[in-house]
Amino acid sequence: MRALAPIFVVVAALAAVPLVVSSNVVLNFLVVALLIALAGQGWNILGGYGGQYSFGHAAFFGTGAYVTAVLQVRYGVNAWPAFAAGIAAGAALGALIGALTFRSGLRGSYFALVTLAFAEVLRIVASVAPITGAGVGTLVKLDLRVEAMQFQGRAIFYWVILALVAASLVIARLIERSRFGVWLVAVRENEDAARALGVDATQVKLAAMVISGAVTAAAGCFYVQYFLFIDAPIAYGAWISVEALLTPIIGGVGTVFGPLLGALVVKSLGEAAKLITGDAPGLDLIVYGVVLVLVIWIMPRGLIGGLAQARNRLRRRAPAAAPSAEAGHG
Amino acid sequence: MLDPGILFAGVLNGLLAGGVYVLVAVGLTLIYGVLHIINFAHGALLSAALFAAFFAFRLLGLDPYVAAFLLAPAFFIFGYALQRFVIGPASHGDDRNMLLVTLGLAVVIENALLYVFRADTRTIEVPYAYQTIDVGVTFLAVPRLVGFAAVFGVALALWLIMSFTDVGRAIRAVAKEKLGAELAGIDVAHIYAVTFGLGTACIAIAACLLIPTYYVNPTVGEAFVLVAFTIVVLGGMGSVPGALIGGLLIGVVESLSGLFLGESLGQIGIFLIFIAVLLVRPSGLFGARA
Repeated sequence: MRALAPIFVVVAALAAVPLVVSSNVVLNFLVVALLIALAGQGWNILGGYGGQYSFGHAAFFGTGAYVTAVLQVRYGVNAWPAFAAGIAAGAALGALIGALTFRSGLRGSYFALVTLAFAEVLRIVASVAPITGAGVGTLVKLDLRVEAMQFQGRAIFYWVILALVAASLVIARLIERSRFGVWLVAVRENEDAARALGVDATQVKLAAMVISGAVTAAAGCFYVQYFLFIDAPIAYGAWISVEALLTPIIGGVGTVFGPLLGALVVKSLGEAAKLITGDAPGLDLIVYGVVLVLVIWIMPRGLIGGLAQARNRLRRRAPAAAPSAEAGHG
Repeated sequence: MLDPGILFAGVLNGLLAGGVYVLVAVGLTLIYGVLHIINFAHGALLSAALFAAFFAFRLLGLDPYVAAFLLAPAFFIFGYALQRFVIGPASHGDDRNMLLVTLGLAVVIENALLYVFRADTRTIEVPYAYQTIDVGVTFLAVPRLVGFAAVFGVALALWLIMSFTDVGRAIRAVAKEKLGAELAGIDVAHIYAVTFGLGTACIAIAACLLIPTYYVNPTVGEAFVLVAFTIVVLGGMGSVPGALIGGLLIGVVESLSGLFLGESLGQIGIFLIFIAVLLVRPSGLFGARA
């Protein structure tokens, strides 16, 4: 339980926000930031802990979104089971892509390429296949009832996405503290050495990709319920692949809170850029790209890593003044 | 339905279209062969080069084929500086970081182009754009023939550089054994940057060959680069002959699948080949290792 305490604190603090702030603009901003944080946590489980850098997490986001939307619109399935089916589809796709790539031993550049290619194939298929609504996209009917998983106020949507993010934080924390998590990190640090020590690297990576796919797919499912629309460029576009990897890398790759912190920072920067120079196309993405390069350059372990480093430096400078009170949970 | 004349024409046109793919892919494979990373900024750089060729024609009145002789050195310097002063220092020698930095640069370059030039599609008019030569079974477009010839010129030049110059020897040494090369007194950071510059110069030439018959907008490079990824994987990452043959092959595949399946599905054919090659034989046709 102590391991989960920081998560409770952060989530409780975030949950209180709608009680203080009633501005729809602010809530909308936070919902989108949390959505990206969720997608980023999915990437973080595979990329951050497992070291497998995917450049095509849009594949999971889009599949979750399309399954949720298409089941409701074309097959009349209720939104809640459709949402669950979307998450399951993300996990299944993770298993499929993972089985294909990890069993043929694709790593590094190759893995990045093959994930990118899967996302692209899905994008092209989704933009021509009739079941996805092809170029027109799929519109979910407005139906503001809890049974339809559509809510009257922004605040409730906010709490729903916050609950999903909280679940993803708990998953990341549990992975971190489990034997599986240790194997995963071992594979990241040195796959050959991990294998030599008896870790079934292929199986470990595969499991990580299934969880990763499910978490990122959940973000896609929520996207559909919130915006009630999905088409191929949104579902499988490069934007979400980039944002899913950007948030953990900026916040702190391979840390529980990295994606959440990164999403809040990245989205704030994007909004700030828009405020300063007006809503020009591409501007927020320029900021993201610059921040990505600068963070890797200056703080390769992200904001959380950078903060920890700064704290250690301070502590070393004054060893007597600050006895390490936090040594209990490093 | 399978008229051999049409088929032959399709193959011939595919080969010519493959010529420009080869050039884009050679740049990519060169960089992979030495730096062992995939340059995800390749597509954005191609878009930038197309804009450069476009404005060289519009503002300076330079014919694209003449502009190639200016843009190739200019982009060599640009690529060199990018690797030497941004990608290299930013990634701290970690391959994963290098991938991310090139991705970040791609996002920056592409959206900077979008910000400055908006999403408009631009074209230039040159007198020879629609000239054709009658070769009996079909007509071949003159710009494509020029492009095809130029590609082999560039490939020959690269081969000469690689085989007979000190820089070429140093590049090959770094590609084979980085640490050994460093111990032998080769400046690895410099060689990395030279290689990146050469790859970028290839893109500039490809852009000049493309612009007479093609169009330019901020995302135009993406389509080419995904094809180039396929070619590089098919031919074997890091293999220049592989890129040559892979490029021509993909050109033919695209032309034929476009002929039989229609335009939008022609691209899927390429991606399916891509995924199949990655899964079945990741080392490609000519690659020694995965």
